[in-house]
Amino acid sequence: MSKFAGIKQSNITRIMANKKLLLGDEAIALGAIHAGLSGVYAYPGTPSTEITEFIQNNPLAQERGIHSRWSTNEKTAMEAALGMSFMGKRALVCMKHVGLNVCADPFVNSGMTGVNGGVIVLVADDPSMHSSQDEQDSRFFGKFALIPTFEPSNQQEAYDMMARAFDYSEQQKLPVLMRVTTRMAHSRAVVEYVDEPRQQNALNYDAIAANWVLLPANARKRNDVVTAQQATLEEDAANSPYNIYVEGQNHKLGIIASGIGFNYVNECFPGGSPYPILKISQYPLPKKLVRRLMDECEEILIVEEGQPFIEDIVRGVADMKNVHGKLDGTLPRTGELTPDLVKKALGMELGECFDPCADVAPRPPALCQGCGHRDVYAALNEVLKEYENPRVFGDIGCYTLGFLPPFRAIHSCVDMGASITMAKGAADAGQWPAVAIIGDSTFTHSGMTGLLDAINENANITVIISDNLTTGMTGGQDSAGTNKFEAICRGLGLSEEHLKVVVPLPKNMPEITQIIRDEINYKGTSVIIPRRECMQTLQRHLKQKKAQK
Amino acid sequence: MKTDIILCGVGGQGILSIATIIGEAAMNENLYIKQAEVHGMSQRGGDVQSNLRISSTPIHSDLIAKGSADVIISMEPMEALRYLPYLKKDGWIITSATPFVNIPNYPDMAVIEADLAKLPHVISINIEQMAKDNGVPRSANVILLGAAQKALGIEYEKLEDAIRRVFGRKGEAIVEANIKALALGREAQK
Repeated sequence: MSKFAGIKQSNITRIMANKKLLLGDEAIALGAIHAGLSGVYAYPGTPSTEITEFIQNNPLAQERGIHSRWSTNEKTAMEAALGMSFMGKRALVCMKHVGLNVCADPFVNSGMTGVNGGVIVLVADDPSMHSSQDEQDSRFFGKFALIPTFEPSNQQEAYDMMARAFDYSEQQKLPVLMRVTTRMAHSRAVVEYVDEPRQQNALNYDAIAANWVLLPANARKRNDVVTAQQATLEEDAANSPYNIYVEGQNHKLGIIASGIGFNYVNECFPGGSPYPILKISQYPLPKKLVRRLMDECEEILIVEEGQPFIEDIVRGVADMKNVHGKLDGTLPRTGELTPDLVKKALGMELGECFDPCADVAPRPPALCQGCGHRDVYAALNEVLKEYENPRVFGDIGCYTLGFLPPFRAIHSCVDMGASITMAKGAADAGQWPAVAIIGDSTFTHSGMTGLLDAINENANITVIISDNLTTGMTGGQDSAGTNKFEAICRGLGLSEEHLKVVVPLPKNMPEITQIIRDEINYKGTSVIIPRRECMQTLQRHLKQKKAQK
Repeated sequence: MKTDIILCGVGGQGILSIATIIGEAAMNENLYIKQAEVHGMSQRGGDVQSNLRISSTPIHSDLIAKGSADVIISMEPMEALRYLPYLKKDGWIITSATPFVNIPNYPDMAVIEADLAKLPHVISINIEQMAKDNGVPRSANVILLGAAQKALGIEYEKLEDAIRRVFGRKGEAIVEANIKALALGREAQK
């Protein structure tokens, strides 16, 4: 019996045991808790947010005192996780794909230090950009940092993989990158879980300073060790229970399917695939298994969610004409996979269906009714009408929707914190007015350092920190700087006269517009903080109050 | 047994609580379930949908292929039409008749009604009004679920049981309101 058949069998017996209907994110969280986790470190980011939220609300996690408070950003999260690992305990870091850019420094260097207690870096990619500014594929980061990468294909596998990935991390003394995509993170399935969760690791002093002090002399040694380890990692991937070679009768085609791409392929063959399938869920890519498929099959189709990571390796510079996927247009180069796209790539007929209804109008997301950001934009637009060529540098959050009608208020949105630094650069270039608009959580995530740059040069910019007392876009998580923003600005050296706080309400419009006008006209750095609670969290808090009565 | 369901509406209309009840009933029946949800930015008043698949045999894809949904359950009439390419040619649409107008270019309701009338199996119910008239103002979505019960392939009593388990924590009054709403939906589709 093949390994694949074995896995199918166990799925059937699972139905009777401990089971829960869980999001992929929740399965990951429960898997981590049951694997003896001691701390999760994360900054909210769709589609990864629910992992940390699940751990925050889980009774066992509370009983065990598992750390789960939100971190200020992904870099502080990754570093705290490394500290926990240094002391021998298991830590999980969660983020969305662009968060990995923010913590690239500790992430890449954790590949050099290695780990003591197991570390899993969980990164949720967002193909189709449901809630993101790009489609980057985190598997490249794993390869780049020489870090083994896991990519579950379903919720059960995600749960099971957590224990295995922690064990593997400790066995190899390396962090493990776990990559999922939106559809996996935000889809529910029945997950069976263990009866007895593993105990947490005890504190230990096994971390060797020479490995962790990346002075060039030490780092060169580590670099040789970790580089030499790659062959072992690839051999382990070839023998991984998650990388499965499924036999097929028809060798005209062989399919390589990674992560949830495997599900879409299986969906096309309800009675089982006639073609051999190589399922990939653990990297480095096991070239041995790929070569076997290539030797046995005439044509190769590669089905992977995200960028053509496997395909690029398999196709190589020889640009092999019998290899099909995203690079030759068999599958679209961008956007998430769907069962229909995979069906088409397999040359199968699509089922009969209705045409799209021409009368349906698009319904884009919008700022909530009553949201304070609305009043901020209304005031800002009112004032900026008075100036020739004003420029407003936006940032990442609900308020990015200020680009859309009716406000059409911002001219840029690049990455967390870029509003302030881009406004500064524009002012350096001679632009005036240069306005930055940034949310409270984004400001503490990555805006504070940029504001220090601006203040140090007294750059001619007006910074609006639109404070709704929460991390709104991701559903209302705690914001690291709540109640501290004036103190932070003062601490960075902002002059008291140019630090203004207002309440963004229509009735305060005259006051707010006058303050914005005055601060734009001031030749130097000023900060205006409009502060009013997010409508979503306000409603939640009112409900909680009512329930308590 | 295999049913592919598209649940849709506008962010904040509570399509996920319908999904929770169906999921609870299906899990209790030892059925396989996959339910893809939308979280994040689209929830801010935009169109939202959930692909819910239940089956007595393992389910592979989290997403439903075009032309294969057995039923579209929609909290909003125009949103029901948005996912038409996913509906089977002989599939069912169970929808609220009340438009949710938060965009300037919302089509004329007569146009939406005419588009729905062209389809073979549509149940359109003014669930908001019905919920108010019957003293269950917060259970409009469960009326829709009651109307969809036959198309789902799950026994009526199993949905009732699921409602008891899902809402049990919130007290008997809320459980009874939802049981009543479920019954109203069943009557409405007859």
